[in-house]
Amino acid sequence: MILIGERINGLFRDVAEAIQAKNPEPIQRLAVTQTEAGATYLDINTGPAVADPAAVMPWLVKTVEEVVDTPLCIDAAKLPAIEAGLKAVTKSRPIINSTIAEREQLEKYLTMARDYGAYLIALTMNRRGVSRDAADRLAMAMEIVVTADELGFSVSDLFIDPLVLPVNVGQEHAVEVLETIRQIKTLADPPPRTVVGLSNVSQGCPHRLLLNRTFASMAMASGLDAAIADVFDTQLVETVAAGRVLLNKEIYSDAFLQSVKKMSPK
Amino acid sequence: MSFELHREKFPCRISEVEIGAGVAGNGQRFLQVGGASTLPFLSFDGPSGHLPVIGMEVWDVVPELWPAPLENIFGPVAGDPVEWARHCAREWGAEFICLRLRGADPELSDASPEACATLARDVLDATGVPLVVLGCGNDAKDNVVLQKVSETCAGRRCLIGPVTSDNYRTIAAAAMVNGHLVIAQSPVDVNMQKQICVLLNDLGVPQTQIVMDPTTGGLGYGLEYTYSVMERVRLAALQGESSLALPMIVFCGFEAWRAKEAKTGPTDGVVQGVAWEALTAGTLLQAGADMVVMLHPEATRVVREHVKVLAGGEMAL
Repeated sequence: MILIGERINGLFRDVAEAIQAKNPEPIQRLAVTQTEAGATYLDINTGPAVADPAAVMPWLVKTVEEVVDTPLCIDAAKLPAIEAGLKAVTKSRPIINSTIAEREQLEKYLTMARDYGAYLIALTMNRRGVSRDAADRLAMAMEIVVTADELGFSVSDLFIDPLVLPVNVGQEHAVEVLETIRQIKTLADPPPRTVVGLSNVSQGCPHRLLLNRTFASMAMASGLDAAIADVFDTQLVETVAAGRVLLNKEIYSDAFLQSVKKMSPK
Repeated sequence: MSFELHREKFPCRISEVEIGAGVAGNGQRFLQVGGASTLPFLSFDGPSGHLPVIGMEVWDVVPELWPAPLENIFGPVAGDPVEWARHCAREWGAEFICLRLRGADPELSDASPEACATLARDVLDATGVPLVVLGCGNDAKDNVVLQKVSETCAGRRCLIGPVTSDNYRTIAAAAMVNGHLVIAQSPVDVNMQKQICVLLNDLGVPQTQIVMDPTTGGLGYGLEYTYSVMERVRLAALQGESSLALPMIVFCGFEAWRAKEAKTGPTDGVVQGVAWEALTAGTLLQAGADMVVMLHPEATRVVREHVKVLAGGEMAL
């Protein structure tokens, strides 16, 4: 499993202030420290307070690419901001974050991802909202896969997000998400990849880090490929490192905790 | 109906390292090693990087109890490592010299670090080809000897070692400071090979300054173990194990001639030891060896021709 660092997001006050002041320093520091902590990708999101995300996103991309080679996950609610970010990328192949499984929007995003050579995160939700159970989520995952296939977008470049909900409000969802992660791999050959927003599982709960890393190891065992997560949580990063070794994804060495920081994107 | 070749695509590439550095006046050659994006000699799959390079081994002390075929060839020069090295580079086509400082061993001649370092520099100056320097195998002594060698040959991009997960800091730091490369050795063990590479990365040694030594087993003496470890290491590296995405060096001459079979057999016609050495090297080339250290000039020639053939050249055996 790879970790996508969640920290460069305008929802965090320091990032919002840096964006407001066009001050690259705090953002570049987060890019470097998250990479050193074990992030394989960096999520970048302007946050909701920005008047014109499409104008800010290219600046964020450039600011981050100035200091690290870590590939980016361009995260925005609207397509123009994402496209502006994609245009600004000069280094590695980015991930688009994200589209819902609504035919019309799916087509637009898949076409954009195909044209820019990007990976695409697609959520198993539509205008009616989040699915109730694994069967619902899988039905939407199937729609995503079929649409990708129709548009000539490589299914293995899809990251399907089965949507994790906070355990204190939707306790029944976690187990449905795990089941979905397992079954998504049977939808196509080669299969799509899976991703979750890990910190969601513990939103508003005490002992958040414990919940996060416990869910991370359960999801890894179910076959999860990526998580958008807090890479400054050392125990989470170490849990992922141990998981990679136990799942035989990486050759064991006594220094397996050090080696997680050298993980290459896959 | 057209036939389409199935191509094996790997996501990662072996790091490219440079050994040897030009110095004003004598124009020392340098070698580029590694850089493969696919398995050895399968250039139809993708870029296979630089061809393996073939070097020869030189000892600082006259070996005791040498097999006759080696004695016959090296007898006249064995007492003079600089002359021996010059022969290897000029007469026998060694692309690099591997100086084995056996004499530094406290149990043998206990040569001083200064004497070892001077010898290394003299060999560099005399041959004009890149240099690999091996310690004697005694950790404490190697730490001072290889540090001195690093300083004396500063800036010449020698390949120095071996270092192991039990003993790497002093030598790796000295190599980094003085612009050399290090040999990361493991005892025929993929986990320990990764261990030493991760430790070196952690210390700050760049990927362009490490060559792996998976430990060579000669034909009949563990060759298949070395082969399978090298194959696993290379496949893992090409599939994304970045800490193992490094070139590999093998010591075929030294290991092959330790076999009793190499020392026996007919002494005229095909020398059994030469065949033993060449077969050891030929096998490990298939497993991904990027640097091959040989001993006997005839085995060296055979292996060099073999590489040319595997790379698509004309047969000249």
